[in-house]
Parts: sequence; structure tokens; C-alpha cells
Amino acid sequence: MGAQLRIYRRRMRSVKATKKITKAMELISASRIVKAQQRVSASTPYANELTRAVSAVASYSSVVHPLTTPRSNPRRAAVLIITADRGMAGAYSTNAIKEGEQLAALLRERGLSVASYLVGRKAVNYYKFRERAIAASWTGFSDNPTYENAKEVSETLLNAFIDGSDGEGGVDEIHIIFTKFRSMLTQEATAKRMIPLEVVESDQAPVSGILPEYEFEPTAGEVLDALLPRYIEARIFNAMLQSAASEHAARRRAMKSATDNAEELIKSLTRLANAARQAEITQEISEIVGGADALASASAGSE
Amino acid sequence: MALNVALVSPTEQVWTGEANFVLARTTGGDLGVLPGHTPLFGVLVDGLVSIKVADGTTKEFTVKGGFLSVNNDRVSILTESVA
Repeated sequence: MGAQLRIYRRRMRSVKATKKITKAMELISASRIVKAQQRVSASTPYANELTRAVSAVASYSSVVHPLTTPRSNPRRAAVLIITADRGMAGAYSTNAIKEGEQLAALLRERGLSVASYLVGRKAVNYYKFRERAIAASWTGFSDNPTYENAKEVSETLLNAFIDGSDGEGGVDEIHIIFTKFRSMLTQEATAKRMIPLEVVESDQAPVSGILPEYEFEPTAGEVLDALLPRYIEARIFNAMLQSAASEHAARRRAMKSATDNAEELIKSLTRLANAARQAEITQEISEIVGGADALASASAGSE
Repeated sequence: MALNVALVSPTEQVWTGEANFVLARTTGGDLGVLPGHTPLFGVLVDGLVSIKVADGTTKEFTVKGGFLSVNNDRVSILTESVA
């Protein structure tokens, strides 16, 4: 076997092995998207009920709550960025991080300093490599977040908010960057302000008619006190679940195009290998013919 | 006339259906809801929620904190986790 042919064969083998891996990852992600989507839809009844409750309480009672009122002189803002723990998901994490940069630039224009809260190893590595300050980070659950994870994150953020910018490391605003799962094909890095809350925004049409006169047990203020942290937890949880679904979808798509590319590469390498083999054979034949000719003419000359 | 009850946690819809009576423990003590109850919003403490289902059986859930909202015979119980 000629050297050229051997090199082509070797490259084909390695591309085939890579293709097997990317194909497997594609299939795994495809099955996980479904599960992740189910988890998103399983969490919606709770989120909807909670949204309804919050808007009912907030619109009925005239209670002023610190979580819903913008601070008059904000100085620091927290930005929570949700990314993946693992790569191989195309531009999924990069898009979220970039969206975060844009938001940070916008906040700086308003004269706020930015405290970064990161979820996912990709964002953490990005920040560490650039030696930027990280206020807090969580890793290890990006593809399968639980409610406890969301609770932990939101507790940290709320504590920072309650401290306020006068305190050490406190913040006056909280923003979140997550990847919205629109469909299997489209996912969008989205920035949202969490605190101060805009309570009215809900995915569903606002409750029609006049809101009922609610009785509160114990009082409207205390109900709101208990309700709002849960509401923020639920929203962070929802953002995490959507990001997880997006991560799987992005990974599936990236792995699909990797598999397609590998196939394409194998095809062209096969062609090249065939041509090399053919050239080798042609050369061998012409060598044999040439050799025979030389022998024939040599013996003809001697006679 | 029956109550339309939904018991939901962040990860799943635990139970939903028609019921005649709902008993839950709020911060102010045990609270029972019958059809026709005035709109109410309550904070729950850890404890038992018992639902008397329309078919006569009783369902009991141990909840960890949460909220109870009643409006137009629609009872939603939101809780962080159900045991």
C-alpha cells in the first residue's frame, strides 16, 4: 500500500470514530430535550398560579413592598447568567455570555457597577480566564436543574438585594440572562429584570374583569412578604429549566451538523483514497509494462 | 356546587379535581374552605392539607409551606414540596 493511500485510510478511520461519538451525543441530546421540555411544562401550573396570586395581591392591596419599588439611587446591579457546564453545544453558552456583556455595558452607561452571578462552568471559566470578579457561582446542574438549585441561587440574590448597595457586595437591581426555548430550532439568549419586579407581566392574558376583594390571612403585607421570594424562585427555576432545554437543543443541533460534516468528510476522503489507489495501480501497471518493454528491447538488441 | 381544587408544586401538578371541602393550616390556624367561600389568600405552614373529594374519599397531603388561594370556588394550593 502506498504512503498516500495509507494516510487517507488513517484519516478516514479517525473521522469515522469521531462521527460515532457525535452521532451518539446527538441521540442522547434529542432524548433529553423531550424530558427537559416535559419538566418545563410540569413547572408551568405552579408558575401560573403564583403569577396570578402575585398580580391579585399586588393589584388589590396598596401595600408597598421593597421588592416591587425601584430604589431611588441605584449603584450596583446583579446580573445572573445561566450557561452550560459542558461544551459541544455550539454557541449556546457564548450567546448567553455575550448577552450578559451587552447588558453590563448598558448598566454601566446608567452609572451602575455590575456584580456577576454565574451558573454553569462555561461562564465561570470565561470570567476566570479574563480575571474578572465573580460575586458567586454555581456549577454542576446546568442540564438538569432542581428546585433546590433555583432556591439556593435566588436566596443568594435576594440576600444581596436586601443588603443594598450600602452594604458589602449588596445590589439594588437584579437582572437575569437565560436562554429562552422557543422551539427545537430557535433558542434565544434573553435578558430580563427580576428586581424591582414588574408584577403585571405574565405569559397569560391578564385576569379579565375586576379582581375580587381578597381576604388575607394573616395580612396583605405578610402575604406579599412570603409570596414574592417564592415568585422569584419560581421564575429563576423556570429560567433554568428553559435554559436546560435550550442547552440540549443547541447541543443536538451542533452534534447533528458535526455528524453531517463527518459524513461529508468521509465521502471526500473515500474519493481521494480511491483515486490514490487507482493511481497506484496505474503506476504499477505502467512500471510492469515499461519493465517488460525494456526487457524485450534489451533481448532484441542482443540477438 | 363543588370546589375546583388544584394542588401544585414547582415540579408537578400533584392533584387536581372536584372537592367538597378543603382543610389547610395557615399561619393563623386551621382553615376550612367550603363551596361559596369568600375570596381568600392565606400563607400555609408545614402541615397537613386534607381534601374531601367529591366522590366521598379524603385525600391527605403533607405540605412544606406554601399558599392557599380561594376565588370563585377555585382553590389553588401552592406548595414547595409535597410528601
